[in-house]
Amino acid sequence: MWRVGKVVALRDETSSARTIAFKVPDWPGHLAGQHVDMRLTAPDGYSAVRSYSIASAPDPESRVEITVERLPDGEVSPYLTQELAVDDQLELRGPIGGWFVWRTQQTEHVQLIAGGSGIVPLMAMIRSRASAGSTAPFRLLYSVREPGAVLYRDELQAISDCDHSVNLTYAYTRAAPKDWPRPPGRIDAALIATKTWPSYLVPTCYVCGPTPFVESAASLLSESGHSSERIRTERFGPTGDQR
Amino acid sequence: MNSHTYDYLDGNAAAGELSKIFAMDVTAAIGQCAHCGATKRFAEAHLYMQGPGVVARCAACENVLLRFVNARQRVFLDVRGMTYLSLDTSQL
Repeated sequence: MWRVGKVVALRDETSSARTIAFKVPDWPGHLAGQHVDMRLTAPDGYSAVRSYSIASAPDPESRVEITVERLPDGEVSPYLTQELAVDDQLELRGPIGGWFVWRTQQTEHVQLIAGGSGIVPLMAMIRSRASAGSTAPFRLLYSVREPGAVLYRDELQAISDCDHSVNLTYAYTRAAPKDWPRPPGRIDAALIATKTWPSYLVPTCYVCGPTPFVESAASLLSESGHSSERIRTERFGPTGDQR
Repeated sequence: MNSHTYDYLDGNAAAGELSKIFAMDVTAAIGQCAHCGATKRFAEAHLYMQGPGVVARCAACENVLLRFVNARQRVFLDVRGMTYLSLDTSQL
């Protein structure tokens, strides 16, 4: 079922990523980690559907935020990040998904692992935890190209500064800040061993990013002793152009 | 680098399309592969969306679990690759 959402705010997160906030009448509410499908229809009737993770915590005012990374050759993301304006309307379907979700009733340790814009649904979990007053111990390992590509940096810092049960680790893959302790590189076993919850705490692990990133991170978690039932994954990437 | 092409997503990406025909969320559903017998969440299936439809394959053995095609005003669903799909009625 498609609903019509109206754009109520736009916010640039980095030079290539923009957050879009919608008001969606009759929105049934969502859980952190869920996504929405968006349908854009051209005047000639051609339509394109894309999935975007919801970035915002559940909100009683029917407000839903997504963060879109502009893909240079994308068919939809350049429009969403450069042309869409406040008061524009778009069709949305959702919320979608009941597996890659974190519910505020969960009290166990949580390990979040993000690759690039895979941070978006994990940010919804961090925001949901904060707005619900949850004390579940969270760790985030965020693999990102370079400091300028970090999404939500200030908000993440503010949350972890005032709540020490949210712990952040950035892993830069191409360029790190000066004097950063770890040379740029992918997430590896040493980082998993030192910066993530050990398997004996039986955390629920949420891994989101491009498919190769997710395969690699989920394997590292398995190899360090986490059972596959505790590792929840969501892969994203370019999808078919016609749907 | 290895030789994998990683041209797949996962079952989460099919959930919107499948919501047209399933009343409940399928990503948390547990399915058994008819080929290797693995039981996994549908969210874990490897999803191929490059073709005219959607193909979900077993994450353990790559057997086709489900095919889904939109054609004009009809939807074709082939679930021969699963011996069962178990859905949680208490969810959401």
